Amino acid sequence: MTTETETGRARPEAIKAVPVRHPGRWVAIAVLTVLVAMFLHLVLTNDRFNWRFIFVSMGEGKRGAMFTGPVLEGLRGTLLLTVLAMLIGVGLGIVVAIMRLSTNPILSSVAFVYTWVFRALPRLVLAILFGNLGILWERIGFGLPFDQQIGNLFGIHDLNAQFYSIKATDLLSGFLAGVLALGLSEAAYMAEIVRAGIQSVDEGQSEAASALGLSRGQVLRRIVLPQAMRVIVPPTGNETIAMVKDTSLVAFVPVTFELFFQLQAISSRTFVVLPVLIAACLWYLIICSVLMVVQFFVERYFSRGYGTAGKARMRLSGLAAEQGGAAPTPGPGGAGI
Amino acid sequence: MTDEMVRAENVHKSFGSLEVLKGIDLVVRPGEVCCVLGPSGSGKSTFLRCINHLEKINAGRIFVDGDLIGYRERGGKLHELKEKEVAAQRRAIGMVFQRFNLFPHMTVLQNVMEAPCRVKRENKNEVRDRAAALLDRVGLADKIDGYPSQLSGGQQQRVAIARALAMRPKLMLFDEPTSALDPELVGEVLDVMKDLARDGMTMVVVTHEIGFAREVGDSLIFMDGGVVVEQGPPREVIGNPQQERTQAFLSKVL
Ligand SMILES: Nc1ncnc2c1ncn2[C@@H]1O[C@H](COP(=O)(O)OP(=O)(O)OP(=O)(O)O)[C@@H](O)[C@H]1O
Ligand SMILES: [Mg+2]
Repeated sequence: MTTETETGRARPEAIKAVPVRHPGRWVAIAVLTVLVAMFLHLVLTNDRFNWRFIFVSMGEGKRGAMFTGPVLEGLRGTLLLTVLAMLIGVGLGIVVAIMRLSTNPILSSVAFVYTWVFRALPRLVLAILFGNLGILWERIGFGLPFDQQIGNLFGIHDLNAQFYSIKATDLLSGFLAGVLALGLSEAAYMAEIVRAGIQSVDEGQSEAASALGLSRGQVLRRIVLPQAMRVIVPPTGNETIAMVKDTSLVAFVPVTFELFFQLQAISSRTFVVLPVLIAACLWYLIICSVLMVVQFFVERYFSRGYGTAGKARMRLSGLAAEQGGAAPTPGPGGAGI
Repeated sequence: MTDEMVRAENVHKSFGSLEVLKGIDLVVRPGEVCCVLGPSGSGKSTFLRCINHLEKINAGRIFVDGDLIGYRERGGKLHELKEKEVAAQRRAIGMVFQRFNLFPHMTVLQNVMEAPCRVKRENKNEVRDRAAALLDRVGLADKIDGYPSQLSGGQQQRVAIARALAMRPKLMLFDEPTSALDPELVGEVLDVMKDLARDGMTMVVVTHEIGFAREVGDSLIFMDGGVVVEQGPPREVIGNPQQERTQAFLSKVL
């Protein structure tokens, strides 16, 4: 079947070729089906999972382990810790990264020492350490530094130039110590992520912006950081998800306002171990899924004007096509997770 | 306005031990188009970047419209200008780069509006009208809401020109504005520049487009090895070069 074109030349028939077969895929599907069936069989028929205990009721008149009051409180604690620690981490991380890239040698070495120290120390150690920092000072307050020493110098022995102070053990033991330990440690990692992001932005961008008369702060805020976000967001998603899990470390501060501690408390009370662990896994899976959805939208926002994910997908399918596979049509622009 | 838009006196610039500019003198009068020619690595870009203080010069003076660039002379001593003052000087000088350097995360219109809104804090609606008019002038009225990545090279460069013009500069610097473009796109950018020149904009243009230099340029300097080898009216320098190095260069590019 041919159609005449304007030049009078016959348009060749559209190609209807037999596509390349992928027998490997069928084998993989078969193997996976069997594995999934085995897993479902295990999960549904083995009553040691005790799904009732997890979801419905732990006993007379009680809710399931996932939904008891203390566990939900713990969940709130975990989320709050994650949010606060990540806020400190991202905020301070940006500051440290900018200091690190500054031409001022003092700023950049302070930033270097900061990342050095906080990346070296394990979070667990930090958590315990911060829980015990209260031992160092009796009171913590805002005011003139070294007020007592200055007072002694002038012969006044009880000079107190503190505007506000609080007993150190009250302030540091517990939640705040946990938030600080996690947040300060996170800032060190975020600083490196932000630095990589800033350095990934083409030099020409800040040049063009400063040639237009934008100040250094404006160049950073308006031009460099928004572009750096494309590089910063995916690893930050990683960090946030890791943080959700690391909040369980604050149990060592000790903070009990935390998901895993509360679930473990149930298992030590009731001697039910496996279902409680499963309940913990389920909660972490749920939190993580929500975060992944959030990350998807944040990434899509910051990749406006690029369509990189779309391009990357196209490149991948191009590769597949080269190797004889069918090239799937690239989806609409936007980032994947 | 003084009668010298750009005045460079014995400008020297080194990167470490490499001396890139070895005493450049140049005067560009208001409304003039000065073309800069020269082989690769001769310091053309570096000189242009010194004019708006993207590079600090090591010796000499550069004045734009009578203002000493980057420094203040007081009691026979030079004081570095504060960052804010440098930024203020740059507002009056537009620059167009070889690789466009549009902001990829902003639409075309936002690219053009950014500096007037942020730097001069002008009224947003006025700036929008002006930006739209500028984009219309460079022939991109229909691309206003697109992103730079959706434009061809020639279109991107025209946006870059509009972006610089939005600050109402008194001087425009062009660093090889067409050399990253496919040959068929060069013309549309040069047309915009010719239009600007006709309107009386003072321009310093580093270019390899000999035709443009001959047709539009009021003066031409030929640089090599960090010095000005030859200068004069474009037709004379191009048609009848006196120096051997100029002849060698022109015979290659013509
Ligand atoms: N930031 C820098 N650090 C060190 N050396 C530099 C820097 N910028 C430029 N140079 C050097 O200065 C010399 C002149 O560079 P410049 O970019 O001014 O040349 P050009 O005349 O614009 O060349 P082209 O036509 O290739 O653009 C080159 O040898 C280059 O390597
Ligand atoms: Mg150059």
